[in-house]
Amino acid sequence: MSAISREEVANLARLARIEMSDAELDHLSGEMQVILGAVARVQEVASADVPPTSHPIPVNNVVREDVVIPSLSPTDALSGAPASSEQRFKVPQILGEA
Amino acid sequence: MSLNYDQAIEKYEPTLGLEVHVELNTKSKMFCGCATEFGAEPNTQTCPVCLGLPGALPVVNKTAIESSILIGLALNCSIAPFSRFARKNYFYPDMPKNFQTSQYDEPICINGFLDVEIESDEGNKVFRIEIERVHMEEDTGKSLHVGGSTGRIHGAEYSLLDYNRAGIPLVEIVTKIVPNTGKYAPQVARAYVAALRDILRGLKVSDVKMEQGSLRCDVNLSLAPSGSGELGTRSETKNVNSLRSVETAVSGEIVRQANRLQSGEKIVQETRHFLEESGETRPGRSKEKAEDYRYFPEPDLVPVVPDNKWIDELRKTLPEKPADRRKRLQSEWSVPEKEMTAMVNAELLDTVEETVKLGADPTKARSWWLGEISRIANERDVVATELISVTAVAQIINLINQGELTDKLARQVVDGVIAGEGTPAEVISKRGLKVVSDDGALMKAIEDAIAAQPDTAERVRGGNIPAAGALIGAVMKATGGQADAAKVRELLLKHLGQ
Amino acid sequence: MSIRNSAAEMAEALAKKEISAVELANQHYAQIEAVDKDVHAFLHLDKAGALAQAESIDKKRAAGEKLSPLAGVPLALKDVLVQKGVPTTCGSKMLEGWRPPYDATVVAKLKDAGIVILGKTNMDEFAMGSSTENSAYGPTHNPWDLTRIPGGSGGGSAAALAAFEAPLAIGTDTGGSIRQPAAVTATVGVKPTYGGVSRYGLVAFSSSLDQAGPCARTVLDTAMLHQSIAGFDPKDSTSINHAVPDVVAAAKKKDVKGLKIGIVKQLSGAGYQKGVENKFNDAVAELVKLGAEIVEVSCPNFEYALAAYYLIAPSECSSNLARFDSMRFGIRIGDDGSKGAEEVMNLTRQVGFGREVKRRIILGTYALSSGYYDAYYGSAQKVRTLIKRDFDAAFEKCDVLVSPTAPTTAFKIGEKSEDPLAMYLNDIATIPVNLAGVGGMSLPCGLADEDNLPVGFQIMSPAMKDDRMYLVGGALEAALLSKWGKPILDFAPRLAGSK
Repeated sequence: MSAISREEVANLARLARIEMSDAELDHLSGEMQVILGAVARVQEVASADVPPTSHPIPVNNVVREDVVIPSLSPTDALSGAPASSEQRFKVPQILGEA
Repeated sequence: MSLNYDQAIEKYEPTLGLEVHVELNTKSKMFCGCATEFGAEPNTQTCPVCLGLPGALPVVNKTAIESSILIGLALNCSIAPFSRFARKNYFYPDMPKNFQTSQYDEPICINGFLDVEIESDEGNKVFRIEIERVHMEEDTGKSLHVGGSTGRIHGAEYSLLDYNRAGIPLVEIVTKIVPNTGKYAPQVARAYVAALRDILRGLKVSDVKMEQGSLRCDVNLSLAPSGSGELGTRSETKNVNSLRSVETAVSGEIVRQANRLQSGEKIVQETRHFLEESGETRPGRSKEKAEDYRYFPEPDLVPVVPDNKWIDELRKTLPEKPADRRKRLQSEWSVPEKEMTAMVNAELLDTVEETVKLGADPTKARSWWLGEISRIANERDVVATELISVTAVAQIINLINQGELTDKLARQVVDGVIAGEGTPAEVISKRGLKVVSDDGALMKAIEDAIAAQPDTAERVRGGNIPAAGALIGAVMKATGGQADAAKVRELLLKHLGQ
Repeated sequence: MSIRNSAAEMAEALAKKEISAVELANQHYAQIEAVDKDVHAFLHLDKAGALAQAESIDKKRAAGEKLSPLAGVPLALKDVLVQKGVPTTCGSKMLEGWRPPYDATVVAKLKDAGIVILGKTNMDEFAMGSSTENSAYGPTHNPWDLTRIPGGSGGGSAAALAAFEAPLAIGTDTGGSIRQPAAVTATVGVKPTYGGVSRYGLVAFSSSLDQAGPCARTVLDTAMLHQSIAGFDPKDSTSINHAVPDVVAAAKKKDVKGLKIGIVKQLSGAGYQKGVENKFNDAVAELVKLGAEIVEVSCPNFEYALAAYYLIAPSECSSNLARFDSMRFGIRIGDDGSKGAEEVMNLTRQVGFGREVKRRIILGTYALSSGYYDAYYGSAQKVRTLIKRDFDAAFEKCDVLVSPTAPTTAFKIGEKSEDPLAMYLNDIATIPVNLAGVGGMSLPCGLADEDNLPVGFQIMSPAMKDDRMYLVGGALEAALLSKWGKPILDFAPRLAGSK
């Protein structure tokens, strides 16, 4: 069982874009420790010869024809936006670059 | 003292890698039925799926898969018998789901190649560019940064997002590393992107307009000391958006990296941005920690498992390879290499071919499209084929060949058609453009010309045939250009006993 | 006609014009008014929309139009399915005030069938939980004992049925969220075969496990609702393009003679409450009396199901919930003009998500991260294969498998909320079904001797053989009804003010 440090949890929170207080990080790293200990059991039977299953019911090649269907009206598209301007979603300044 | 390109390339051996993103020209998006028109009003081509609204689910566009397979086949790839989409998880506001649906370790096409030809000191030289993979993914939305002083990201007060582009199908074509290009690295990179563009255009799977971003190139480049056989640390220059820029980005990076290495500095593995104005690159914002994209198979989509029947059907629709086609047309039309290149560069090869198919003479078709029509198109900053139809041009050329129009009259017909006066026949009739073919009227003009230039006429009578040009010119002038010059020449020479 | 009738009886009364859809909806709103302050099954009532729909059904019926069997019957919709223009919160603060601009396919089908949607029901936030205590809007109370949980995540839908606030409800089931609430409230709930009901418009928790399904107070009602919402949907790539089995006919057949029923050895014993096991065994005895053949089967890998589930579901949820970033919809926290988008996202997600959701996002982020993927997520996907193989082998030997639905009866509100692992154990018997994508039903099989609280009986069918659950469920329900002399919900204490 691998130990998970508070720093690791902080990094996970950063990846997951969730601000966390020190108290939250402390609490969560303790819980993660316990949960990971329990779920690590999967490794006992997951041998190399077992293929992974990602879809419970195997289906292939589900596609749609390349046909345009009406979009939402811009009003509907923007209806849930916390802020909008010039028919666009208005968001706080984007600092990073992808 | 800093190294110039020649010095840099003498000391260091470049290794290239190219990643090209192509926007497919499907009617609808990759995973939803929204339209893909370029330049539509903001957020008019969005729906719950491409806005990433809670509950929405993707369904793959069949044409996008078929286009990707066609690209793979045209690039001599193997088509994977089993391929899947994965989620690439990272947060960015222009990406509605905060993951990109992309192919990761199970791409649709793998292991292909493309041969490209460049002019070297020793004549034309062919480089084989090996293709590692062709995979499908989706484009992001566009952000507009408002406020601040520069209009760039830094200093903006807020950003405005338009998701019309979000979810447009993209195909990424990734090369294996391209070694041993030596000093030709910039030309090889350019030739590869150009050849790829021609192939994609021939497949009709993309508009391949670099200026509109429908074909974007990332250039990976590393240097190692010449002869060392090592592989250096690479930089990745993003969004190089013209053929010329591909060439400058490569040569610029070679010089930049060589100078760093020369002064004992290390090359940082980083993303750099190409500056279109200066041809230089600048570093992107460095991240404190490397992103961990946490790829996993997209559970909302099922695997793509193309069977041989499907692949064979697609293979049958593959057009002739651009290089083969160019050679064939060049020999069929007997045009010089230079003119072929001019047609290709002007993106008019298809147009000329269609015009020829409608019965027009290849030389005339080429010269009308690349000459007069392109000139007007350039003046008006439009595409030649938007001005006048292939059919109209073919009709005009056929009329010239039948002696119904002179070149001069034909130019007026072209003007008329472009001005919206109707078909060539309608313009001819409305403007009263008719070749003077009545022998009587021509003979009168010929006699007048001889009377006006008796000395010239004498020289022609004496066997100086080229001198007839001056007389023909006078006749043409007198008939207002509406005479058939060949006919005038024939009658004139006969009249003067030649 | 009373609100205690079954949906099928209500449908019949509507068809005979003994009652109008508007009257029926109003009777249910009156009951909601009377009891929901104590039960808290609903998050939002769409009275105007529901009554308008009921009125249009009445008009159509008066005009002699042909209507669907359940036209005019009211329904409670779990708040995880989007309904155009009606607030959809998923039990989360994150979506407070959000009105979706589109209908889920299930909602569109309900509307087409003329089923009247009364309102949206409470749930654990984003369907993560087994008690409905994780709702940002406060817990739902079990009508059998208001100090106890109604199960989860679909506690609101199950409680609405048990409190006669609606005769039909829609739930969603990722690890047991339809079946476990049904078990602890003595109602019926079915998780159809994965892909049997469209997921389009179901706000995703774990895409490869989530499945919407029907909930009601009788097996026949559940079947009728199943028939109304199931079927291929071109908007959901994982939807099965296959005819829906005739579940209504199966529910009516009540004949299990010669049917082979497998008891899963691993779904009993340690961790299972004595009274739960007793009632389960009594029900099995009833099935034997009806002529079914009992086979004991072993599914050794079920032991790893819980662990696999608590890796797969959090992994998928960490990605599915990434879109809740305050940019396009939902709440936004901290946008004071000085902060960048990333910081605002971080603050919004800190405030907008509850503890359990954050716990699972962090767990999933870990399980997918480079260096840990193979050990956790990858291994869990392999366990999934093993569990599927266990099911395949078991279904070679028998037509259906059975087990208790939940290891215990309803526990007290607050009892397990500080112990995530203890909470996760509630789903131990329901999770294998989700991992394998097969069908699962829970129906009441009695009250546990030690606490007089309902016990659920789980029936599992092979994929796309959902009719078998209804066949067995219908027969068992009829046998138990004649044994008890009245519907099990008649044993529940009457709620204050109940009509």
